[in-house]
This record gives sequence, structure tokens and C-alpha cells, in this order.
Amino acid sequence: MANLKDKKESLEFVYDFYVKMKKNNINLAYEGEITHQITKAFTSLTESNLMKEDDVNTVQKKVFHVMVECLQNISKHAENRNSIVTSKDGRGIFMISKDESEYNVTTGNVINNDKIPKLREILENINSLDPDGLKTLYKQQMREGRLSDRGGAGLGFIDIARKTGQKLIYSFLTINEKRSFFVLTSTISRLKS
Amino acid sequence: MQAIKIKGSDDTPNVILDKENGIFEISGRSLPEDVAAFYEPILDWLESYAEDPLEKTVFNFKLEYFNTASSKLLLDVLLKLEDMYDDGKDILVRWHFPDDDEDMEEAGEEYADIVEVPFEQISYTID
Repeated sequence: MANLKDKKESLEFVYDFYVKMKKNNINLAYEGEITHQITKAFTSLTESNLMKEDDVNTVQKKVFHVMVECLQNISKHAENRNSIVTSKDGRGIFMISKDESEYNVTTGNVINNDKIPKLREILENINSLDPDGLKTLYKQQMREGRLSDRGGAGLGFIDIARKTGQKLIYSFLTINEKRSFFVLTSTISRLKS
Repeated sequence: MQAIKIKGSDDTPNVILDKENGIFEISGRSLPEDVAAFYEPILDWLESYAEDPLEKTVFNFKLEYFNTASSKLLLDVLLKLEDMYDDGKDILVRWHFPDDDEDMEEAGEEYADIVEVPFEQISYTID
């Protein structure tokens, strides 16, 4: 059991956390299992929040698209084996921040190091392409790719890059010799292009 | 042939496959938890329908949103229609998109590029 002093400190942590969220304009932060129910809850929550803003419909739709693809990436691909109960859904961190000019959707999850080279290759390839190249890749993957047993079509990252019109910003942070933490941030501009 | 009528929800589309009344439609949102399981009966139905289709089949897509996993399955639906067209059947795909939704319009264009089937793009206005 935590003693009183520890509990007091944890209250200070809450305030600290709150201040940091405010400072970084974070509207939503979650860590845990990303189930389909969670995906639905976050998208509908964000949707109703977006409705209050005067963003154009296309910005709202893009945020929605990016959120769904990011959440489904975690739910389908994150390593989740540090828990005793193995669940079918992956877990990770999910955050949305917003300022005057853009929305940022950030996800983070644990990944086995042996999967990094392949993932890096996919992401670098996407980042090397212009809009036409991305369009061609998307069509090719849709035609030739097969749905994985986890229900992924291999189209999520391509779709995020296309919908946002920006490069994928990502990093692999080493946890230990077996695992790393994969972080991805997608930016949706609120400014009219 | 038994019609398929699935009422849409916040993550699954409205689906009507009704040979008797000549209505073929997928509309609304598509991000089902298990996309393969959701579309399987639809693809099976089209498979049987292809054996003895109507003289003319007009298939309407009026989607508000679909995720990438669904985009793959929507292509499978379109490929079934393409097969029928290849067999000499009269097929028309109507792709409806909100007039302010370029991404949905483009998605239609891309499908039209991939599948060899008569394809019409129709914009509509949301109030």
C-alpha cells in the first residue's frame, strides 16, 4: 500500500500532468487496450468536438480518417505480450492535440525490434513518394494486397499520408534489446489550402 | 432469391441487395470490427446473383466514410460486378459522393480506374 506521502505526490503528479497537457494543447490522451469499442468511442467523441469548431467538413473528415487508421494500427499490430492475459487487441498510447493551425494525432506502441526494418522500409517508401506516387501505391496495394488474418489491408499508412498531404513523422525508441516504442504523429492542417 | 437488408449503424453500412425490386445499394459508414466477416455474406450473395442476374443491374454506392480495410472489400464487391460485366451482363455502378468531399470523389475515380465496368459519379448536397 502506498503511504500518505506517496499519495500526496501522486496528486501533484496529476496537476503536473494537467499542466503539461494544457501546455501542449492535448485534448485527449489515453493509454491502454485499443478495442473496437474504444475506437468508436474516441471517434464519436472527437466528431462531436469537431462539430463545435468552425473547421470545414473536409478537415473533420480527415481527422476522423487518420484517427481510425491510427487506432486500428495499434489494435492490430501492437505487441501486447507483457500482460499475463493475452488479448486480441493491442495496447498503446493515443493522443490528440490541437492549436490554431493544425490537429495532431499521435500514437505510440511497443514493437518487436525484428519488425522494425520492414516497417521502416514501408514508412520511408511512403515518405519518398509524391501524391501521384502515393495514389499509384494505394491502388496497387488495394489490387494486389490481401487482407491479413487481423483484418488489415496494408493501406493505413498510405491513406494517412494521402489524407494529410504530409510526411509521416515517426521514431523508434529503444526499450531493450528485444523491443522498442514506435511513435507516429500525423498532422492535419486546419488552414485552407 | 432472398434479399439482404442490413440496417446501417455508426460503424457498418446500410446494405440492400434485392433482386425482386432491383435495388442494390451500400450506403453510410463502413468500419466494421471484422470487415471480412461483414462483407462475406454480401460477396456470397453476389456470387449466387451472378448466376442469374436481372437484365440490368444498377449498383449504388453512397458512402459517407469507409476505412482502408473496407476499401479492399468494396473493391471485391466491384470485382464481382466486373465479372458479371465480362460475362456480357448489363451493369452500371453509380458512385454517389457529397459535393464537398473530394476524397470520396477521388475514391470513386480510383475504383473506376481499377475495375472495367460502366461507372457513373454522382455528387449530392448535404444540407
